[in-house]
Amino acid sequence: MSALDTRPGEPPHYSQVWTFRTPRARLALWVGWVALVALFVWCWQLMNENTLWIFVTDAPSQAADIGSRMFPPRLAYLPELLMPLWDTLNIATLGTMGGVILAVPVAFLAARNTTPSALLVRPVALFIIVTSRSINSLIWALLLVAIIGPGLLAGIVAIALRSIGFVGKLLYEAIEETDARQVEAVTATGAARSQVIHYGIVPQVLPAFWGISMFRWDINIRESTILGLVGAGGIGMKLQSSIDTLAWSQVATILIVILGTVVVSETVSARVRQALI
Amino acid sequence: MTASTSYPRRWRRPPQLVKTRRWRLLLPLLLLGYLILALSSLEIDAGRVVEGLSRGARFVQGFLQPDFTSRWQDIRQGLIESLTMTLTATVVGVLVSVPIGIGAARNLSPRAVYLVCRSIVAVSRSLQEIIIAIFLVAMFGFGPFAGFLTLAFASIGFVAKLLADDIEEASASQIEAIRATGASRWQLIHYAVQPQVMPRLIGLSLYRLDINFRESAVIGIVGAGGIGATLNTAIDRYEYDSAGAILLLVIAIVMLSEYGSSHLRKYLQ
Amino acid sequence: MLTIDQLTKTYTGGDTALREVTFRVPRGQVVGLIGPSGAGKSTLIRCINRLVEPSSGAIRLGETDLVNLGGRELRQARRRIGMIFQEYALVERLTVMENVLSGRLGYVAFWRSFTRRFPGRDIENAYRLLDRVGLLEHADKRADALSGGQRQRVGIARALAQEPELLLVDEPTASLDPKTSRQIMRLITEICAERQLPAIVNIHDVPLAQQFVDRLVGLRAGQVVFDNAPDRLDEETLTEIYGAEDWTATDQDDEEPDFASQAQGSLRLVGTAI
Repeated sequence: MSALDTRPGEPPHYSQVWTFRTPRARLALWVGWVALVALFVWCWQLMNENTLWIFVTDAPSQAADIGSRMFPPRLAYLPELLMPLWDTLNIATLGTMGGVILAVPVAFLAARNTTPSALLVRPVALFIIVTSRSINSLIWALLLVAIIGPGLLAGIVAIALRSIGFVGKLLYEAIEETDARQVEAVTATGAARSQVIHYGIVPQVLPAFWGISMFRWDINIRESTILGLVGAGGIGMKLQSSIDTLAWSQVATILIVILGTVVVSETVSARVRQALI
Repeated sequence: MTASTSYPRRWRRPPQLVKTRRWRLLLPLLLLGYLILALSSLEIDAGRVVEGLSRGARFVQGFLQPDFTSRWQDIRQGLIESLTMTLTATVVGVLVSVPIGIGAARNLSPRAVYLVCRSIVAVSRSLQEIIIAIFLVAMFGFGPFAGFLTLAFASIGFVAKLLADDIEEASASQIEAIRATGASRWQLIHYAVQPQVMPRLIGLSLYRLDINFRESAVIGIVGAGGIGATLNTAIDRYEYDSAGAILLLVIAIVMLSEYGSSHLRKYLQ
Repeated sequence: MLTIDQLTKTYTGGDTALREVTFRVPRGQVVGLIGPSGAGKSTLIRCINRLVEPSSGAIRLGETDLVNLGGRELRQARRRIGMIFQEYALVERLTVMENVLSGRLGYVAFWRSFTRRFPGRDIENAYRLLDRVGLLEHADKRADALSGGQRQRVGIARALAQEPELLLVDEPTASLDPKTSRQIMRLITEICAERQLPAIVNIHDVPLAQQFVDRLVGLRAGQVVFDNAPDRLDEETLTEIYGAEDWTATDQDDEEPDFASQAQGSLRLVGTAI
């Protein structure tokens, strides 16, 4: 190495000949990382302005306390959970159906190749999709409980409203990815627009449609288990009342039931999707 | 072509999906039966729904004429909490995810480590943010710190799972080539795995940042701070114009961050 | 009879695909349209059924001026023009029968096509066409279960189901092997002869075109540079259409090709085939 160092006019070390990035890019990268760290520290301080650290240091004992109360889960509570579980399934299933039915026209209006007007209609459809996607189903439920009152209906509508964005987005992307030549061929026969969509596009997106719907149903099962926290029916209502009464052993039972339901629905959805494709 | 040959004048589309006749008849019946059962378990209070319609109209009005000013202090505080906990939770979540993700990759880790890491991932993924938040609020008290922990924990499941899957999919031939040079496990990760999965990790982090912001608007409902708490209060007070303002802000930020992250990803690649 | 008069197409980007193309196709004549990629062959036939909007000029099918039609009239004009596509463009996930019946879409109401209840006459005719192209027993198969040659036959049956007055054929043999290509070209020309159908066939393969069509039109950079009987096409014109390198490359990729003798050789070969 020292031999390399002494030669005049040559770089002292191979590492100066070969570098992974140009100096400028490296500098930019470093500045980026430093900025991120600074941002993190600043955010951390801002966030914890009002944090009471006594509670935080107390957390382990709290956790131990809750843990000991949760165990053993109160299995005698199970029969009471059957009706809410049925409600939860209904919220998810009916909500998915409603959402899918509403999402289909939105998707066709949003896809570049099927929208009647890219300037007027498409932005509206895209806005519906973004709005629905940005707002979590729990917030939709919160709103709907305030508007139409607590109960299953609020849950179903919340799930449906949230599903429009998800299904609509994936479906319109599938529509845009269809093979344009097949559509062109149907157009060339003199078919009307509705027939072109029905013969040229629908067969191509049908598998994607069923896959997306099953996928969303699976997610909706998951989400509908907690809608009861804001009063929108289902097993979440039991969760809420058990937490309110500090019945942690019941909470444990409910969590087990929720986990089981989620696992089952995930398996069913995966199986059905496989069978469809 | 012989003119005398006669051809059928009827044609029925052969069944594509359900091939057996019995199921073709049974499935619609089952579906109908389910729908009747499910719909009958709905107890719709017509009077309440009608009453709801006028409230719904008021909400739509609030959404169209949002009121940013009268609750601006609360909204500002909520937004600051949401944004800060989103960022800190994503950073911490991703930092923790990297070792767990590597540990959960079958082709890199010893079996025991693999199983431990995969079970962490499984627990984090199967519990929903809101349920985690309930527990963490019970342990750490109300406020954004519990929210931060919730989002960080949820991020771990998400990022580590996708990272581990990515590493497992990373080109085996490249890993083999570096392994053949006699590299240690960490050198292997640095030279063979990191270059392949780094762009994806950045993409995942940005995606998770999006998700965390959206979730931060939710977990406030159970007391974990952020804009969700503000929203919850606004709806409880029937202040639909303030609620509309909050929702519009959430939508705007989500759109901005989606737009920004897609650009950043393009720039980084 | 199809009349194309001073047809020009300029794309919005400013590229001119067609410049004042003028020719007519009488009843029963099969016209081969040759030219290098990008010469405007595909644009030309798509202007005829208005899948591409022409910029100026006139196209008349019988008495109908195709250029100024819109909406319902355009669809009615389209159903008089059958089109056969490069790489078949069948709706892959529909059955063979549905693909053939889709040729009737311009004639039936939406609810009939939606419920797949086409008129008995259409179904009978579809079976007859499938028999004609040799696919009668495949009617209930899904289109993506067929081989390339079979799919193109379905494409032909679909176009014929329209009972067209004109056939537009876009590179029908582009993804088929040489033997199947000949079978498909033979089928198309036979059918045109049976029905006295005029046809325009875009085709890359010059010898194949010379073997089957009644007349050749050569396009270069959107202009007609040759319009005559296939056996009048000589080496000089081919060079004018394709450019020297281009067109030898389609024949042989060997090093140092003896250009002149090869050109003549392939022409001679074609001559004997006719």
